[in-house]
Amino acid sequence: MSTIRVGHLYPEYLNIYADRGNIAVFARRAAWRGHELEVTSIGMKDAIVPGMHDLYYIGGGQDREQLLVAGNLAAKSQPLIDAVIGGGAALLAVCGGYQLLGRRYRGFHGEDMAGVGLLPLETVAGSRRMIGDVLLECELEPGVRRTLAGFENHAGRTRLDPGAEPLGRVVSGFGNDGESGFEGCRLGRALGTYLHGPLLPRNPWLADWLLAQALAHRTGGEPPELPPLPDELESRAHEVSAGRARARGGKR
Amino acid sequence: MLTAAEIRVARLVAGLSRRVGAGAGMTVPGKLLSKVDPGAIDRLAARLPAGVAAVSATNGKTTTTAMAAEILRPRFRLAHNHSGANLVSGVASTLLAAWNAELGLLEVDEGALPEVLRRVRPRAVCLGNLFRDQLDRYGELELVAERWREAVAHLPEKTVLVVNGDDPRVGSLAQAHGRSIVFGVDDPRVARPALQHAADSKYCVRCGTPYEYLAAYVGHLGDYRCPNCGHARPALDVTARSIELHGLERAAFDLVTSEGTQRVELGLPGLYNVYNALGAATLAQALGSPLEEIAAGLARFSAAFGRFERIPVDGKQLLLLLIKNPAGANEAVRTLVDGGAPRVAVVALNDAVADGRDVSWIWDVDFEPLLEGLQTVIATGERAAELALRFKYGGLDESRIVVEPSLEAAVDQGLALTPDAGELVVLPTYTAMLALQRVVAGRGLAKPYWERAA
Repeated sequence: MSTIRVGHLYPEYLNIYADRGNIAVFARRAAWRGHELEVTSIGMKDAIVPGMHDLYYIGGGQDREQLLVAGNLAAKSQPLIDAVIGGGAALLAVCGGYQLLGRRYRGFHGEDMAGVGLLPLETVAGSRRMIGDVLLECELEPGVRRTLAGFENHAGRTRLDPGAEPLGRVVSGFGNDGESGFEGCRLGRALGTYLHGPLLPRNPWLADWLLAQALAHRTGGEPPELPPLPDELESRAHEVSAGRARARGGKR
Repeated sequence: MLTAAEIRVARLVAGLSRRVGAGAGMTVPGKLLSKVDPGAIDRLAARLPAGVAAVSATNGKTTTTAMAAEILRPRFRLAHNHSGANLVSGVASTLLAAWNAELGLLEVDEGALPEVLRRVRPRAVCLGNLFRDQLDRYGELELVAERWREAVAHLPEKTVLVVNGDDPRVGSLAQAHGRSIVFGVDDPRVARPALQHAADSKYCVRCGTPYEYLAAYVGHLGDYRCPNCGHARPALDVTARSIELHGLERAAFDLVTSEGTQRVELGLPGLYNVYNALGAATLAQALGSPLEEIAAGLARFSAAFGRFERIPVDGKQLLLLLIKNPAGANEAVRTLVDGGAPRVAVVALNDAVADGRDVSWIWDVDFEPLLEGLQTVIATGERAAELALRFKYGGLDESRIVVEPSLEAAVDQGLALTPDAGELVVLPTYTAMLALQRVVAGRGLAKPYWERAA
């Protein structure tokens, strides 16, 4: 029984796609396995201290809110990189938060915004938003293929560096840039994605994967095998969402 | 000129569309007319002797417009799009159908507002609020706000602009137009202790600093002030004071204006309906209605289509509360809980374009206060399972959650759990509400909306 310490970055600003749904899923699924989730908000005035958190979460915001936090976060790049890449804390970044973790974001009028540089990618604003249901196939562990169903709504086109690992392959939908067939990015225990919905309620396996990584950081050992949960409602919701993506994902 | 032939063809199409059951025939003739003659709507509006009044908001525009109609009806023959056809085509259809109307009273979709205002050149415009709405459909709030700013900049000089000063983005529009009237609530007793989770305009429209709220009423609506640059709620011209909220039944307030003060009794509950009434009253006053007429109209008003509408079914009653975005759903939940939380509720989530294909907004709704008192919640609609997850991860025991995608079966299950003469609370999204109305109408219990009196 452990306490999993979650650092929620800028929840006051980045919360547009129901990010608290993802946090609720972490909390309940940890509790059902006898673990406690301790969520701390990391806001504008708070420092990121490597080792203090087992799991970081950063959500999406409207452009205005995203701009308000971008500079603040860029100034905290090094401790975040140390905590995640050096220290092995887990991380989930969704939509706007995903973009902010790349090296940079180029706006529609060519203006550059420096990113954190934690994930090997860059994002360039496009003229048309990519909006719709998405279905991905992922292989986070060799040979274990699982699907993620979500919703995307982004103008940014995200390009992964050569050799960088995507979160998944697009089955239906646009994905990172509408062309590459990739969605999201994975670097060790750090995941970034455009998928909201929110993502975790209908894709509980991913919540469990992240919780296991966070527990590994907490204990210093290997990610534990979490006891399975019934997840019948979760499967039904996943099926409906996946069906939506197959029927209408990736259409403008 | 709009030719008689054009009008005849468009009306014929409306009749046909109704007969074949393609919706209510409310937007088809308008679509046709806009194709045949794109300038027709401008001329249809221009021929109304008392001009056009337009109402928009992300939340409450249907109710506000219907309240204004009730107030204004003794004074004007109205062209009012009461069935909620609020896009350009719906506006065209309404103007076309109400051939002998004197005043156009138009509910306008927030996205369609710029085009409608440009075309109909209104005599008065009432702008209620901007809450986070269907992001997949309208884009981010700031984009809608920007389009509204542009639309206001192009209003004719003599147009009266009525704005809700309690909404920072909407209230700031008053400065951009000469003839503006600002309304708002001034009664800290009914304020909420804190801003809600889904509050959208928490940051100063000028400098981005979080506002300080002297009173937060509904979502981000309230008496705000920026501690950094001093941007604050504008001075109010029309105010609601001494507000009384009576559970699920009614509300009352003092309507305070430059022409005097009038007690208003509303047959609808909730602070958000006080805002709707205040907007309708301010608009009606700008159009010449005296205070007594305003109070009488508001007292007569019962409910707009699906918004706190009560429908008798088998000796019981359905209470319909449309939910479509976090702010509106939060108010519905809060009003229900204030009125004594129900033990059974049916919640219906569809994901058609009109509902928003992105259903993530349900996670931003504060359902939790409602869940505490529930013995059973029936999740229904096309995304019933997603809704069930919202309740499960909100802390409701899974044994209390029924997943029944069929709307009709869900209502029947809910009614079976409702005592005789009791009331079943139903919270549907837009297309789920339309489907529900068809179910009820099919049983001969309520008239379809296109057959109701305007």
